[in-house]
Amino acid sequence: MIPSKEEMFAALAERHGTDMQKKLSEASVAVCGLGGLGSNISIALARAGVGRLHIIDFDKVDISNLNRQQYFPDQLGIPKTEALEQTLSRIAPYCHITADTVKLTPDNIPSMLKDEKFICEAFDKADQKAMLVNTVLETYPDKYIVAGSGMAGTFSANLIHTRRVAGRFYLCGDEVNGVAEGEGLFASRVLVCAAHQAHMIIRLISGETEC
Amino acid sequence: MVKINGKEHEAAGKTIAQLVLDGGYKPERVAVELNLDIVPKAKYNDTVVKDGDSVEIVGFVGGG
Repeated sequence: MIPSKEEMFAALAERHGTDMQKKLSEASVAVCGLGGLGSNISIALARAGVGRLHIIDFDKVDISNLNRQQYFPDQLGIPKTEALEQTLSRIAPYCHITADTVKLTPDNIPSMLKDEKFICEAFDKADQKAMLVNTVLETYPDKYIVAGSGMAGTFSANLIHTRRVAGRFYLCGDEVNGVAEGEGLFASRVLVCAAHQAHMIIRLISGETEC
Repeated sequence: MVKINGKEHEAAGKTIAQLVLDGGYKPERVAVELNLDIVPKAKYNDTVVKDGDSVEIVGFVGGG
């Protein structure tokens, strides 16, 4: 027997404050890419009680994802959108989840992301990260984008930071250490970056625009 | 002087495309802000910086 929507809200409001919880429950966030960053960002936001999550990824769960992404061995081969929706629904049964199994491109981003004020860039490849950030900032004058860059390797977790690049563009990560440079991705360090991104989104929802 | 990623450079008259290449970035992996506004990719070749401008070039690295 799961708690009612009202019971869940009350439990969250008791911890976060009622005004903050109302803001969270009325917020819509898009998470673009559901790998190590996106799966963990989505879970943090669902646990905080964000009302609407739009999760987007074209890929399927692979055995190579299990070192850092929030999927399970019994989910191998199914779309990440479907696998993550299962998990999010267990964590936050009253969160409104929209799942799109598509590859985001400059052509479809304007229609796909039109409904969310807050957007998380959580892709894997550097050129795709740049594409999403550029397209969102060029297309929408009023949306916020929080991107991740540089979380590979066993370098110090303390190198990972959040900074406001300008206006509506925030960047999390160490900005240096990518997988392209031969460094592997560890759950612990990827989660630090994912937590930075999710936390910046929560701060923006609260009305705080500084890092 | 033009401020590029927080440091002053003698770069007035250069285009954003030149600044990206001078900085050693791959153009397909960057986002560029000029005086806090995003520079559209299509305008890198004909956006010229002048003294007093502030440019922020973000070069993304892979992993997620």
